[in-house]
Amino acid sequence: MSETTVIIGGGQAGAQTVMSLRREGFEGKIVLIADEPELPYQRPPLSKAYLAGEMAKDRLFIKPAAFYDKLDAELLLGVAVESIDTQKQQLTLKDGSTQSYDQLVFATGGRVRRLTCSGADHPAVHYLRTLGDVEAMQARFSAGTRLAVVGGGYIGLETAAIAAKHGLQVTVLEAQATPLVRVACPEVGQFFQSIHQQAGVSIHCDTLLESIEDEGEGVAALITNTGERILAELVVVGIGLLPNVELAASAGIACDNGITVDEHCRTSVANIYAAGDCTNHPNPIYQRRMRLESVHNAIEQGKTVAANICGKNTPYAQVPWFWSDQYDVKLQTVGINMGYDQTVIRGQPDSRSFAVFYLQAGRLLAVDAINRPAEFVVAKKIITQGLAVSVDRLQDETINAKELVEA
Amino acid sequence: MIKVTYIEDNGTSRDIDVEEGTNLMDAAVDNLVPGIDGDCGGVSACATCHVHVDAAWQDKLEPMNETEDSMLDLTDSRDDSSRLACQITATAALDGLVLRTPTGQH
Ligand SMILES: Cc1cc2nc3c(=O)[nH]c(=O)nc-3n(C[C@H](O)[C@H](O)[C@H](O)COP(=O)(O)OP(=O)(O)OC[C@H]3O[C@@H](n4cnc5c(N)ncnc54)[C@H](O)[C@@H]3O)c2cc1C
Ligand code: FES
Repeated sequence: MSETTVIIGGGQAGAQTVMSLRREGFEGKIVLIADEPELPYQRPPLSKAYLAGEMAKDRLFIKPAAFYDKLDAELLLGVAVESIDTQKQQLTLKDGSTQSYDQLVFATGGRVRRLTCSGADHPAVHYLRTLGDVEAMQARFSAGTRLAVVGGGYIGLETAAIAAKHGLQVTVLEAQATPLVRVACPEVGQFFQSIHQQAGVSIHCDTLLESIEDEGEGVAALITNTGERILAELVVVGIGLLPNVELAASAGIACDNGITVDEHCRTSVANIYAAGDCTNHPNPIYQRRMRLESVHNAIEQGKTVAANICGKNTPYAQVPWFWSDQYDVKLQTVGINMGYDQTVIRGQPDSRSFAVFYLQAGRLLAVDAINRPAEFVVAKKIITQGLAVSVDRLQDETINAKELVEA
Repeated sequence: MIKVTYIEDNGTSRDIDVEEGTNLMDAAVDNLVPGIDGDCGGVSACATCHVHVDAAWQDKLEPMNETEDSMLDLTDSRDDSSRLACQITATAALDGLVLRTPTGQH
C-alpha cells in the first residue's frame, strides 16, 4: 500500500517539501493543502518590485502549475485545515472533507501582528504578508499618495524604499532609537535611516503610534506619543509575525514560539514534521534554538523534512542567510548576531559599501554586508567551517576580502 | 523568441524557446529544466542558478557584476565558464546559446 504525505501550507516551505520529496525518491501520494487561493509564490517581491507593479504576477509563482502535475502532487488550494486527529491520522478541512495521512508536515508559516490601538480598523490601514494584501493596497499605491509605514523593520523599510522611488510621500514611525534594532547593530540602523532620509523619506524614531483617527475621504490621522498627527491615505503596518501554531497546539503538538521540532524537523508527535517560519528549531552551529523568517530557512527545512520522511536521517545544520534590497543598496546577512559582544566595521558607511562583523568572544557570529558581496561569501565560509578571524585583518581594507578566510 | 539549449549533467539536452527580455533562470524554471532552482527569485542572492556557458558564447554575454562574481564563489564547481542564469537576459544576440547545469546542483 502506498503512503500519503500531507503538507499543510502552500508557502516556500510547503512547495519545497513537495519538490524534495520526489527528489529524495518518495513514491507515495503527496497532497498539499493551502488556505491561500494561489499556487505557492515568493513573498520577498511583495515589499519590493511587485508592490510597485514592476513585476508580473506570473513571476511570483515558485513553480508553474505543470510542475506539480509532473511531480504527481495534488494541490488543494483555497481551503484551510481545521483540525487534526493524530490517533486516526486524519485531517478535517474547512469544507468538511477529510484527508488521511501517513506523514504530516506543518508548513503553516505565520501571520502578521496587528495593531491594537483605537482606529486600527481604519480602511487606510494595511498589512503586508500575502498577495491578497498587496492587491488590497495597490489601488492606493501611486505617486503623490501619503504613505505612513508603521515599524522600521526590513519589510517596513523596503516598502518605504519602493514607495519613495515611485513618488509617494513616505513617513516611517519607529518605536526604537534607530530602525532595525531587533536584527542589526545601531550603525546599520543609522545607515538605513540616512539613505531613506536622502531619498526624502521622513523617519520618526522613538515614536509610538497611539491611535488612528479618521480625517474623512479615506485619510487616516496617526496620533503619536510625541504629539504628532501624521496624515496618510495609505498606512502599511510591519510590526512582526506571529507563527501559525494554533492548529498544531490543538492537536497536542508541543509549541513554544513556534512548533517545536528536533534537528530532523520532527515535532513531538510521531509522523508529524514542521518546516519554515512556523518552527522553533535547534541550530547546531549556534547551539541554540531559534525561529527564523527567511526563504533560505524555509527551503532548507523543507529539504530536511523530505529527506527524513524518506528515511535519510538528515539533520538540519545551516548557517542562516537573508537579503534585503532598498534603493541601490543590497544588504546580505549571514549568520545570527544574537549575543554579540563586539562589532567590527570594514569600510565606510558613507560610501554605501561596508560590512559589519558581529563577534562573540572573538568568534564570528554574523555579518551584515552592505553592497559587499565578497564579504558575505567569505563570512559564510568562516562561520560554516568555524574558522578563526582577527579583528585587525577584518578592518584592514588592503587585505582582499577573499583572503580574510586565511586569517 | 530565441532558442536556448540547457544540457543536464547526465547529458539530457533541452531546447527552450525564450522570450527576449526574460532571464535564463526564469526560463528554466518555467520550462521545468532540472538543476536550476532559483531560490532567491533572481536577485543574485542564492547562487542556485549556476550554469556553465559554452565556450563559443562566453564573450557574447554582458560582463558580470561584482555581486555575481562573488556569489559564484559559493558554488562547488566554479570555473571560467560559470555564470548565474538569473543574470543573463535573453536577447537576439543569444539565439542558440548553450548552457550546462553543474553536477550536483539541485
Ligand atoms: C513582504 C515580505 C518580504 C520578505 N522578504 C524576504 C527577503 O527579502 N528575504 C528572505 O529571505 N525572506 C523574506 N521574507 C520572508 C519569507 O518570505 C518567509 O520566510 C517565507 O515565505 C516563509 O515560508 P513558509 O512556507 O514557512 O511560510 P509562509 O510563506 O507564511 O506560508 C505558509 C502558508 O500556510 C498557510 N496556512 C497556515 N495555516 C494553514 C491551515 N490551517 N490550512 C491551510 N493553509 C494554512 C498560510 O496561509 C500560508 O499561505 C519576506 C516576507 C514578506 C512577507
Ligand atoms: S536565482 Fe538566486 S542567484 Fe540566481
